[in-house]
Amino acid sequence: MIGETTFDRILIRGGGALLALIWIAPLAYAVWAAFHPPAFEARFELMAPLTLDNFASAWSQAPFARYFLNTIVLVTMILSAQLVLCTLAAFAFARLEFPGKTFLFTLILMQLLVMPDILLVENYKTMRALGLVDTIIAIGLPYFASGFAIFLLRQTFMTIPKELDEAARVEGCSLLGLLWRVYVPLGKPAMLAFGLVSVSHHWNNFLWPLIITNSVETRPLTVGLSIFATTDSGTEWAVINAATLMTSAPLLLGFLLFQRQFVQSFMRAGIK
Amino acid sequence: MNSRNWIYAWLMLLPAFVFLIAFTHLPAVTTLIDSFFTTAKGRRPAVFTGLGNYQKMLEDPIFVKAMVNSAIYAAITIPASIALSLAMALLVHRSFRGVSLVRMAFFTPTVLPLIAVANIWLFFYAPGFGLIDQIRLTFGLPSANYVGQPDTALYSVAAVTIWKEAGFFMIFFLAALQTIPLSLREAAAIEGCSRWTFFRRVTLPLIMPTTLFVSVNAVINAFRLVDHVFVMTKGGPDSATMLLLYYIFETGFRFWDTAYAAALTVVLIAILSVVGIGQFFLADRRVHYK
Repeated sequence: MIGETTFDRILIRGGGALLALIWIAPLAYAVWAAFHPPAFEARFELMAPLTLDNFASAWSQAPFARYFLNTIVLVTMILSAQLVLCTLAAFAFARLEFPGKTFLFTLILMQLLVMPDILLVENYKTMRALGLVDTIIAIGLPYFASGFAIFLLRQTFMTIPKELDEAARVEGCSLLGLLWRVYVPLGKPAMLAFGLVSVSHHWNNFLWPLIITNSVETRPLTVGLSIFATTDSGTEWAVINAATLMTSAPLLLGFLLFQRQFVQSFMRAGIK
Repeated sequence: MNSRNWIYAWLMLLPAFVFLIAFTHLPAVTTLIDSFFTTAKGRRPAVFTGLGNYQKMLEDPIFVKAMVNSAIYAAITIPASIALSLAMALLVHRSFRGVSLVRMAFFTPTVLPLIAVANIWLFFYAPGFGLIDQIRLTFGLPSANYVGQPDTALYSVAAVTIWKEAGFFMIFFLAALQTIPLSLREAAAIEGCSRWTFFRRVTLPLIMPTTLFVSVNAVINAFRLVDHVFVMTKGGPDSATMLLLYYIFETGFRFWDTAYAAALTVVLIAILSVVGIGQFFLADRRVHYK
């Protein structure tokens, strides 16, 4: 449209293709190594035999089934708690007037900068005082009140026309009824967006779970994988790659199936 | 009914604030208090040392190294990931065959766990048989041990961070580009304005709020993304990849010097606060397009 020569086009296309290739290379390599015998982990031959043995041996060498269960319990727990707590708080900030509103909202915004992720030492002390060290609930607790979720939902709720409030009030709807019948249904797209962001963040989270867990019964996938990949140097690359793919597979498949929703959700979460 | 409303409001905020205060604000305050004490050891309780922990920092070569490394790491990853993500967004904002594949390639690292992809990158960097070395050997270059050498290790780690972040930031730029009205593009075409002029004079100013948002996230991530260090280098070789958050982890949970770790955390919080305040003022002065 704006002055574009053939040379421009080739340059942009070529550069773009190269960039895309570099960006997909790690995943492409992991797929290659995981589905071929260890002998081919650094030899790229078109006719190399395919195998599922790497997955089988990864699965049998570490309790991945348990790690999967732990991660699923963890992300479900965190997301449910976040949705309940943050919807209530966001509604109060969006629609009600009360003393201390600005101050309390500033406290919320502060969490966007100083996240629980960096307050490791003190949060560990708190968990020890509560007797919760090495429990799945302890991994989730610091993330239940998400400043990001409150901010995002508040922005969404503020766009809902106030006439709907009044209509509902006239019908004799209580405050909670109003939230449940009007705001939650209309806020669903924003909640879905936040849900995807939250699940992928906590599925991949590593440092805090590493610190607070120390047994198979509580460890999420990320921590389990890191232990599996480093315990003995004898583990083959191919098997580590199979384990790597396995732990990322649910999110990756979800992303490939719902690519449009995923991308739009992340976009929506970013525009404020 | 209005007078009763604030009671409802507070009741609705209460559950969220219990968790928020307990796991963010209170620990931030106790971190500061703890940083003025020594670590309790065995029967010896913690004693007040004033700025003792901070004094220790100045004399601690690993802390100094971690600060220098964090600064280099931030100086590389922030501009590189922002520039690349903007380039990616401009690229996939156009329509051509295979655009959705390219967009997918860029975005995929976002959904992969950093701890898991670190294993793959470790293979890329492996000396002798790693992918990069295989390419080097084909061109007759000598083998190189990227993560094992102190002078290249930090850059190798930073490259993974950029790879992980750029696709994520691309999404925000893409969203911003879609809000630029088509009529501006048509007007520019009539005026015969060049692609570069259009980008500099129209696109760039219009996406300024997004650039600011992305920059703040990039800064936060520069101090927060250390997962791959655990797999790739563990802060080594010779502290070459020691970053501030990783050092906090080592001090607090490997050497159990919690008071010193608290002082280190205070430094990290101070850095992030400066970023926050900076964003506040910058947002007021430079960005007026909302």
